Amino acid sequence: MSKIRGLICRECGKEYPAEPLHVCEFCFGPLEVNYNYDWIKGQISREKIEKGPKSLWRYIDLLPVMGEATVGLYAGFTPLIRAHNLGEELGLDELYIKNDTVNHPTLSFKDRVVSIALTRAKELGFDTVACASTGNLANSVAAHAAEARLKCFVFIPGDLEAGKILGSLIYQPTVVAVNGNYDDVNRLCSEIAAEYKWAFVNINIRPYYAEGSKTLAYETAEQLGWTTPDQVVVPAASGSLLTKIWKGFNEMHKVGLIDKVSTKVNGAQAEGCSPIATAYKNKTDYVKPVKPNTIAKSIAIGNPADGYYALKVVLESGGAFDTVTDPEVVEGMKLLARTEGIFAETAGGVTVGVLKKLVESGKIKKKDKTVAYITGNGLKTQEAVINAVGSPVFIDPKLSAFEKILKK
Amino acid sequence: MASVKVHLTFPEDKIKEPIIYNVGHEFKVITNVRKADVREKKGWVDLEITGEPSEIEKAVESLKKKGVKVDPIEKNVIE
Ligand SMILES: Cc1ncc(COP(=O)(O)O)c(C=O)c1O
Ligand SMILES: [Zn+2]
Repeated sequence: MSKIRGLICRECGKEYPAEPLHVCEFCFGPLEVNYNYDWIKGQISREKIEKGPKSLWRYIDLLPVMGEATVGLYAGFTPLIRAHNLGEELGLDELYIKNDTVNHPTLSFKDRVVSIALTRAKELGFDTVACASTGNLANSVAAHAAEARLKCFVFIPGDLEAGKILGSLIYQPTVVAVNGNYDDVNRLCSEIAAEYKWAFVNINIRPYYAEGSKTLAYETAEQLGWTTPDQVVVPAASGSLLTKIWKGFNEMHKVGLIDKVSTKVNGAQAEGCSPIATAYKNKTDYVKPVKPNTIAKSIAIGNPADGYYALKVVLESGGAFDTVTDPEVVEGMKLLARTEGIFAETAGGVTVGVLKKLVESGKIKKKDKTVAYITGNGLKTQEAVINAVGSPVFIDPKLSAFEKILKK
Repeated sequence: MASVKVHLTFPEDKIKEPIIYNVGHEFKVITNVRKADVREKKGWVDLEITGEPSEIEKAVESLKKKGVKVDPIEKNVIE
């Protein structure tokens, strides 16, 4: 008996072995990991987890690897911050920030999914890893591949900003800049993944990779004293993170780690790329693809793979989807920095902006214990705020000059 | 022979046209619908296209020319 039975189709339920597969041969639905929860329930306990490593690997009994952790041993277990100042400003009694801006080693929640993906890729015998990305994922795959001594290919659209590329290049992978737009890179990577025996973390390794996001839910519940919050606000691109946070809470209940799950899951998108939020507003389950146009590039996915599932989670849990404009994204970033001293990237601005709207519209109530997921670091998206933060006050090196500006 | 799996999104004004039937006749490919949701104003189809690679390519180009959005089966994986 082991914790993993294999893979299972999310649509038709057909079972597959735990191999690098991601699409059901019969109905073309997505595959996900199929666990032996009864067996896991007998293995896992709060005490055992509390004695485990101070990383996401303390939840290894619920993660899709067969053996020990081998890559990304320090990812996860980021601070859950009681946000008194932001809470006061927004009118919330008990607000928390799950701060993945300080995840190890590349400062975004992608370090979670990638440490699982590469540990599993090594188990499956791969010597080369790859991904299609515009930033955070590429940085994390490149860094972890360096650590694991795996060959690495990172595919990006050709017109990406120089700053974004540097965060991958430093780890010495092969960075392939594709002459074309977003859609072209996407299509090309699907073709390459079908031809080459590489571990494409977000294609053929996706069922394992995506499970890493569950650890954000596990940590939140543990850090709240083995309880779940009333409300969470989650940024959504492909919709995977949001779906897996819900799955994580429910798994903890299933294996007896927490008593109940009564969390409302809320999704945050930027108005310039909001296919899931639009479906929510139109009360339809059809997520219509859009062409992204927003400064929140890390979450600009026009045809989200898990959009339908993310929508279902939000409806099932009684949460909501909302959007913010680009200026509101910048306001959200500045608000979080000013009140809590946390410099988040644009996705964090989206989350804070949507949190504010949900409080204003009464969907999140004053007394609700609320967690906002801040998933990436602001140092990576400086362009977004460079014209919105003012400039230093310039003075001559004289006390009188300094006192003059103090009086202003 | 090769085969590709694609996710097609149909524009509103093309829903009534027998587009998939037509590519199967214009090119030497076999089309096999695995999953679909087609309603009055929108529609998507998960389709397997089998044939020689050059014919598949032509069939995909023709779908695009008709205004159909052709994505890989796993949709958008850029993150
Ligand atoms: C910083 C950040 N937050 C959130 C997300 C959303 O993740 P998902 O695609 O799982 O919805 C991403 C994804 O790319 C990201 O880079
Ligand atoms: Zn299936």
